[in-house]
Amino acid sequence: MKFIYQTWWKVIAVLLVFSTFITGLLFRVPRLPIIHETIRNLYFHVPMWMGMLTVFVVSVYYSIKYLRSGKEEHDLAAVECVNTGLMFYTLGLLTGMLWAQYAWGEFWSGDSKQNSAAIAFLLYCAYLVLRNSIDEEQKRAKISAIYNIFAFPVMIVLIFVLPRMTDSLHPGSGGNPAFGRYDLDNGMKLAFYPAMLGWSFIALWIATVRYRIRLIENKKNAIN
Amino acid sequence: MKLAGQTIELLKKEIILEWRSKYAFNGILLYIVATVFVCYISFNLNPGFKDSQGYPIVWNILFWIIMLFASVNAIAKSFLQESKARLLYYYSIAHPQAIILSKTIYNILLMGLLSILALLVYKLFFPNPLGDLLFYFITVLLGAVSFSTVFTMISAIASKAGNNGTLMAILSFPVIIPVILLLVKVSKSAMDGIDRSLSFGNIGVLLAINVIVIASSLILFPFLWRD
Repeated sequence: MKFIYQTWWKVIAVLLVFSTFITGLLFRVPRLPIIHETIRNLYFHVPMWMGMLTVFVVSVYYSIKYLRSGKEEHDLAAVECVNTGLMFYTLGLLTGMLWAQYAWGEFWSGDSKQNSAAIAFLLYCAYLVLRNSIDEEQKRAKISAIYNIFAFPVMIVLIFVLPRMTDSLHPGSGGNPAFGRYDLDNGMKLAFYPAMLGWSFIALWIATVRYRIRLIENKKNAIN
Repeated sequence: MKLAGQTIELLKKEIILEWRSKYAFNGILLYIVATVFVCYISFNLNPGFKDSQGYPIVWNILFWIIMLFASVNAIAKSFLQESKARLLYYYSIAHPQAIILSKTIYNILLMGLLSILALLVYKLFFPNPLGDLLFYFITVLLGAVSFSTVFTMISAIASKAGNNGTLMAILSFPVIIPVILLLVKVSKSAMDGIDRSLSFGNIGVLLAINVIVIASSLILFPFLWRD
C-alpha cells in the first residue's frame, strides 16, 4: 500500500495528460469522411473507459481481498474505486455522446454500444443502492463485495463483447474498423498511448485520495 | 462425490416439499394464466390487431416479458421463503455449494415446466404460426435455464439484504437485460423459420453467460451464507 503515498506516478500522470492536450489537439490526424477532426475524440473518450476499467479492476481485487481477510480498509478501497469508476463512466458516456452528435447526428441514437453501456451503468448503480440498503457494516461490506465480483464479468460482457456481435456503428464493433487501424503511419499513437496511461493513473489517484479521506473519517468516527 | 450426493438429497427435499404444498407451482401458473388473460382482454379491445403487421413482433416480446416477471416472482421465493433457523440447519449439515446447486437445479426444473405450460396457454389465447416449433421450444427451455441461474444467485444476495422485492428487481434486471435481448433475437428467428445455424452464435453467448453466472455463484455463495 506504500504505492498510493508516493509522488512519482502522480507527476508522470499529470505530465502525460498535459502532453496529450498538445499532441492530441495539434498533431496531424488522418482525414476520413464523416469523422474528419472528431477522430481526436479518441484521445479523450477511450482513455475515460480505460480509467474506469483500471479502477474497476482494482475494486474487484480489493473485494476479493476483503472476502479473504475481512479488513474494513479493503472494503473502503473497493467502494471508493467504484465511486471513481462511475465518475469516469459518466465522462466516457458524455464524451461518447458528444462524438455521436457529430458523427451519427444524435446524442443518443440507441446504438447497441450505447444501450449496453447504459445497462452496465445501472448494474453499478445497483451496487451503490445495495450498499445503502444494509445497515450492518460487516454484512454490507461482505454482500457488496460479492455483488461487485459478480457484476464485473457481466459488465465486461455487456460493454466489450455484446456490441461486437451485433450491428453497432461504434468503431471496433459490428465489423467497423477501430481507429487503431489508421494510426500506424502517423502520430496518433504518440498521443493515444500516453493518454491511456495518463488517465488510468489519474483515475487511480482520485480513487486513492478518496480512500484516504474515508480512512481519516473512519478514524475520526471510531470509538476508542 | 460427497457434493453430488448432497446436491441430489437437497434437490429431492425441494421437490418433495413442493409436491406436498404445490404452492409455488400453482401460484406461478395462475400468475402466468392471469397475466396472459389480461393481455388477451386488453388486446381484444383493439379490433384488427391480430391482422396488423406488428403482431408477430409484439407476440414474441410479450411472451418474454410475461416469462421475465413470472420467473422473478417464482425464484425470488427460493431463499426469501426459508426461515433463518432452517437455513442454519442446512448449513450445518451440507456444503454451501450443494445448497446453491440444488436450488439452481430445482429452479431450472420448475421454470422449465412452467415455461412450457406458459407457452401452451399463451399460444391458445394468441394464435401465431411458429416457423420452427422445435427450435422455439428449445429457446424457451434455454430461457428458463438462464432466468433460473441468474435469479437464484441474485435472490441469494437479496435475501441477505433485507428481503425486499425492490432490491431483487434492481439487482437482477441489469444482469437479465442482455439475456433477454439474446432470447428475443433467437426466438424471433425461430419464429420466422430462419435457418438454425444462423442463431448458433447467439446461443453460444447465452450459454457462456450461463456458465459465467453458475461459476461465479459456486465460487461466491460459500462467502455469502455465513452471517
